[in-house]
Amino acid sequence: MTIIPIEYYLIISAFMFTVGVTGVLIRRNAIVVFMSVELMLNSANLTLVAFSSYLGNSVGQVFVFFVMTVAAAEAAVGLAIIIAIFRNKLTVNIDEINIFKW
Amino acid sequence: MFELILFIFFAIIAMVSSVVMITRPNPVIAAIFLILNFFALAGLYLLLNAQFISIVQVIVYAGAIMVLFLFVLMLLNTKSEIELLSAKKKIKLFAAGIAGFVFLQLAYLIFYTAPLNKLSQNVTMSVKAGTIEQIGTLLYTDYVLPFEAAGFLLLAATIGALVLAKKKFE
Repeated sequence: MTIIPIEYYLIISAFMFTVGVTGVLIRRNAIVVFMSVELMLNSANLTLVAFSSYLGNSVGQVFVFFVMTVAAAEAAVGLAIIIAIFRNKLTVNIDEINIFKW
Repeated sequence: MFELILFIFFAIIAMVSSVVMITRPNPVIAAIFLILNFFALAGLYLLLNAQFISIVQVIVYAGAIMVLFLFVLMLLNTKSEIELLSAKKKIKLFAAGIAGFVFLQLAYLIFYTAPLNKLSQNVTMSVKAGTIEQIGTLLYTDYVLPFEAAGFLLLAATIGALVLAKKKFE
């Protein structure tokens, strides 16, 4: 059985995290920005699971469980906020939502 | 050998689908590629012997959360960002450059500075760490208070989402 070095998992995680950062920076659709944040959360999860598996310790996976709970709650509330904004402004383009800007 | 092939397969799917996701102008196609990315991650979790997390990834992320995203996308019927790769090209390239620089720094840290070479996977311990028994035992003994707090958080999120999306606020 071949052993895959943990560095490979960490580099995939780092790549996905930077892609998520790029998505947050370049996209203008609020929902896609939200999905990029989910991508970043998942890359952090991958790191936690990789270390948990290589150290033989379950605590990392318990932490991933909590991250998923928080991500679900965040998605529900965030999408509700986006719907409320859409009702008022009829757009989800974050360049046009600037009521706090002065 | 077989494990390595599977690893490369899932790794390529995960990386390519994440890049495709942020470069598609149509948000629905972006969401579909994000689902593909989540499935590839579930495969990687299985390779790491994390059975429970792998199943939860498919059920909660690819199932529940992405259905919510797609539902809202289709409800709002948002337009594609046609000018995604043409408008403000310079500043977007600059943003991507900064992100690439961060990636290079992370890669340097991972491959050259971190003392990971002492870490080698102990297969029996790793399989034991990923079972539902082990995680459930930890959740109901050492982490019972965070577990209850997570339940309360979900309740608060449900009520918050209902209140926010119910009617027009002034």
